[in-house]
Amino acid sequence: MSGTVLKLYEIEQEQLRPNPLPTFKAGDTVRVYYKIREGEKERVQVFEGVVIKRHGGGLRSTFTVRKVSYGIGVERVFPAHSPRIDRLEVKSRGRIRQARLYYLRKRSGKAARIREIGVH
Amino acid sequence: MSSSIGLIGKKIGMTQVFNADGSRDGVTAIELGPCVVVQKKTIEKDGYTALQIGFDDKPERKVKRPEAGHFSRAKTTPKRFLREFRVPTELADKYEVGQEIKTDLFNVGDIIDVVGTSKGMGFMGVMKTYGYKGGKATHGVHEVYRHGGSLGQCMTPGRVMKGKRMAGRHSNKRVTVQNIEIMRIFAQDNIVFVKGPIPGSRNSLVQLLPATKPS
Repeated sequence: MSGTVLKLYEIEQEQLRPNPLPTFKAGDTVRVYYKIREGEKERVQVFEGVVIKRHGGGLRSTFTVRKVSYGIGVERVFPAHSPRIDRLEVKSRGRIRQARLYYLRKRSGKAARIREIGVH
Repeated sequence: MSSSIGLIGKKIGMTQVFNADGSRDGVTAIELGPCVVVQKKTIEKDGYTALQIGFDDKPERKVKRPEAGHFSRAKTTPKRFLREFRVPTELADKYEVGQEIKTDLFNVGDIIDVVGTSKGMGFMGVMKTYGYKGGKATHGVHEVYRHGGSLGQCMTPGRVMKGKRMAGRHSNKRVTVQNIEIMRIFAQDNIVFVKGPIPGSRNSLVQLLPATKPS
């Protein structure tokens, strides 16, 4: 890396979230506490679902959470370093064999379950 | 004639920034300056007023002697790139030869124009270059899917009009992007973030000027 590209990397590093999110992977079920603005007021909204994709690295990384809400599949992409993410809780860890769980989109009900990694 | 001088820099690459309200913006990082006023063009001597700005040091061994003289007159190190900015006389008087100009010429939130050289695409057809629609893909069409169609009329005028748009070299031209915002300035590193993309590849030379047509 040349000098300026390295500096750019450093600038990016400074923007990473000060309180890192807990480690989580695709297949995990997470609760994302996301700050949203409603006019003047700010409140925290919870989005709970399965992580179907972790994308990119560093400042620009994102993750996609899928849930089924009133029978309709909803997916949201969150920038992992967004200051709008208040915090994130990992509800359970899933045993999966793919890194990207796009196959969940075609499944519903029992077929869309993900086995949990053994909790001792 | 632009009414203000600009700065010369090098495109580094793209990244993103988070704003105070949590929204994201894609930005282009530019290594901007420090630039040096190398020469002043005056009406008496050159017939017009302009400031010649230099950017990026180059090694002594690459400098020919006439060039070395040009830089030593400005009491500065040899520069790799020189660009002229035509300015009114009053503005030119504010700058001295040899004076260093840095990123503080701009402020965060300023609206600027960026001049660069677009990435060369090589020899491209008319669909890519000019957005021609090409031919039909089916209905018995034979081998003319991406052609430009007719070049003109028949016996009158009996020739192809001048300037007829045909296939050829695409891009690698001077391109100006107008009215983009400065998002961040890192003065100690001489790095500036501007909103959105700018023309050219990484390490290509760009010029930043105050916007000529701010909306």
